[in-house]
Amino acid sequence: MYSRTIEIWVGIFVALGLVSLFLLAMKVSNLAELDTGGRGYIITARFQNVGSLRPRAPVSMAGVRIGRVTKVGFDKSSYEAIVEMRISGEYDTLPTDTSAAILTAGLLGEQYVGLTPGAEEEYLKDGDEIELTQSALVLEQMISRFLFNKAEEAGGTEEGKAEKKATGSAKR
Amino acid sequence: MVTALQWLGQWAMGAVHKLGRAHLFALHALSGFPQVLVRFPLLVVQVYSVGVLSILLVAISGLFVGMVLGLQGYNVLSDFGAEESLGVMVAASLVRELGPVVTALLFAGRAGSALTAEIGLMKATEQLAGMEMMAVDPVKRIVAPRFLAGIVSMPLLAAMFSIIGVLGGYFVGVGLLGVDEGAFRSQMQAKIDFHEDIVNGVIKSLVFGVIVTWIAVFEGYDAVPTSEGVSRATTRSVVYSAFAVLGWDFVLTALMFGKD
Repeated sequence: MYSRTIEIWVGIFVALGLVSLFLLAMKVSNLAELDTGGRGYIITARFQNVGSLRPRAPVSMAGVRIGRVTKVGFDKSSYEAIVEMRISGEYDTLPTDTSAAILTAGLLGEQYVGLTPGAEEEYLKDGDEIELTQSALVLEQMISRFLFNKAEEAGGTEEGKAEKKATGSAKR
Repeated sequence: MVTALQWLGQWAMGAVHKLGRAHLFALHALSGFPQVLVRFPLLVVQVYSVGVLSILLVAISGLFVGMVLGLQGYNVLSDFGAEESLGVMVAASLVRELGPVVTALLFAGRAGSALTAEIGLMKATEQLAGMEMMAVDPVKRIVAPRFLAGIVSMPLLAAMFSIIGVLGGYFVGVGLLGVDEGAFRSQMQAKIDFHEDIVNGVIKSLVFGVIVTWIAVFEGYDAVPTSEGVSRATTRSVVYSAFAVLGWDFVLTALMFGKD
């Protein structure tokens, strides 16, 4: 029957389209993994400098992602950055003296928050703040400090230039 | 000088007039949507001719676009030693831009032109007038199912285009160029966000579906009822669709990805 074939084809078409959407959602995007959308709990941390940390950056402990940064704010009285992050509900055993550092994945990679567990018996709860923090390493500051020290040691400008070249190529 | 001004004024008034007609026409067709849902077979037949018959075109184009993205992306990314990001590049450009836009352009050429020609010819052969004689509203009976079918089909076709494109990029990147399979997939999944990328891509394709089908059915309905008029209307339908899709793509991209 003519109309029956057409109906079957339309059914196949719609099914294929929906399967494509489903594959896009589950296989291509991050929907399948760690959903921190509504569940979990929020902790904050203050940093001197967050570098280029952005919302949605990963929060990891021991290299495993356990949450995401939800907000990067600025405290105008203490001139510090406030990073708000949502930790997945299943990881609710972070000690209260956990420390947070802003790290970089590779030389050119994105920045993320790395947590290192402490030894306290009590655990962080929703709304708690991490006291021990370590700021992001700003590469330019590091290089200029390094060059400055080198130049001071050598007492000459020639040395400094050579070093600059060396670090330049190492960066590449 | 005055004639030039008069010509400009005439053109502007004509454009505004046509735009107004197009909107009234769309409202009229929209009022026919409930009726279409009652007569479901009408819609099914149109989805077949608009959507099902476009699958092959969309699938093959998607495959080749994805493969080209894989090759070109690899060339650029390997300069920075970031071949592992190939998956992100291929998937992001497909899901955000190329999927909806290229599908809409193909859709305008494959389905939109056919819709315009069909409705235009119906008008030229006075079939539409005949329907009116029988107290059947041609906009509700002929246009509304085609309009709805286009709107339904576009997002599905765009999703197929994107997923086949990603597979093509995966085939070239992992199969031929030796990018690490795990890195390709994990980086892609880490960077492609469901709400930010996939949902926005679907919204885009939905908007493009409305635009392309609207232009196609309106140009057909508004065509001068002669063979030349129908051929001109078909050309206009494809040209206007391409302009509208590319222009609206910029607007939508600015709204979706412009901030932060």
